[in-house]
Amino acid sequence: MSRFKKKGGGGTPEMSTASLPDIVFMLLFFFMVSTVMRDSSMKVKNILPQAMETKKIKHKSRVNYIFVGEPMDAETYGNQPRIQLNDALADLSDIQSWVVGFRDAADEKEIKLLIASIKADKNVTMGIITDIKEELREVQQYKINYSASQKAK
Amino acid sequence: MAGRRKTPEINAGSMADIAFLLLIFFLVTTTMNNDRGIARMLPPMAEEDAPKPPQIPARNIFIVMVNANNDLLVEEEPMNISLLKDAAKGFIMNQGKMKDLSDSPQVAVVSLQNNRLTSYDMYISVQDQLTQAYMELRNDASQKEFAKNYEDLSKEDAKVIKKAIPMNISEAEPVKG
Repeated sequence: MSRFKKKGGGGTPEMSTASLPDIVFMLLFFFMVSTVMRDSSMKVKNILPQAMETKKIKHKSRVNYIFVGEPMDAETYGNQPRIQLNDALADLSDIQSWVVGFRDAADEKEIKLLIASIKADKNVTMGIITDIKEELREVQQYKINYSASQKAK
Repeated sequence: MAGRRKTPEINAGSMADIAFLLLIFFLVTTTMNNDRGIARMLPPMAEEDAPKPPQIPARNIFIVMVNANNDLLVEEEPMNISLLKDAAKGFIMNQGKMKDLSDSPQVAVVSLQNNRLTSYDMYISVQDQLTQAYMELRNDASQKEFAKNYEDLSKEDAKVIKKAIPMNISEAEPVKG
């Protein structure tokens, strides 16, 4: 009579999955904290140039983006670089009212701290960028940022 | 005391499924926060009746030009982009030694001119090289003064360094291509 006789059939015991939700929740919280909602759909091609000495923008709420690049929908809009403000393609002349628009929405104390970030495709030429900068100067939006991705050191 | 039943346990097996569903939803609808870039201040518009700005001596201006073919011309000499950083550092920190380079970092001005057909990629590379030059000089200065990296300085200390080595990058009106 063996004392250590196995009960039952001897298949592998079932693994407890009770901690699985905890692991998944942990992942979930990680992603909720480290990511942001996608706020605008891209209407222009946008591959950022790379730079070594980039700085992180701390206050995301103060940043407003000007996207520049070739339109995705080249059949309708051609292949000349275009500007995208918020969710729609725009012209140079729309920039000033756009700046006034986000100024109105901002807190009064923060108006001077607002940043216009130029997110331009690396294949565009400086002509359109210069025009945008002139428009921004005219509405006294002096704080700008050239978006670039970090080049590995 | 009869009929006091235990509350039945809730089956938590589907909890993982629910959490997975949420996880996938967030993976799809969000993006990683990768807001990096080169910060710059634009100069104010020139007023019409403003007095003429004082003339800057030629030795204090470091002229960087980029043409439509993305070729670099630094102080009238063609240059490879990889050498720009060191050339700029030499110019800024000259302290009056060489007679065609700057008197001191405070008065040194980097003048950047590009063509309307210059590619944005090249423009960012040039800006990046110049920023790197200034940042390395500020780092050196702050190591000397406070034995700390420039980034780790307190606000007041950083101001001292900023005043000693101001980032004077002036952009000229671009040439029509």
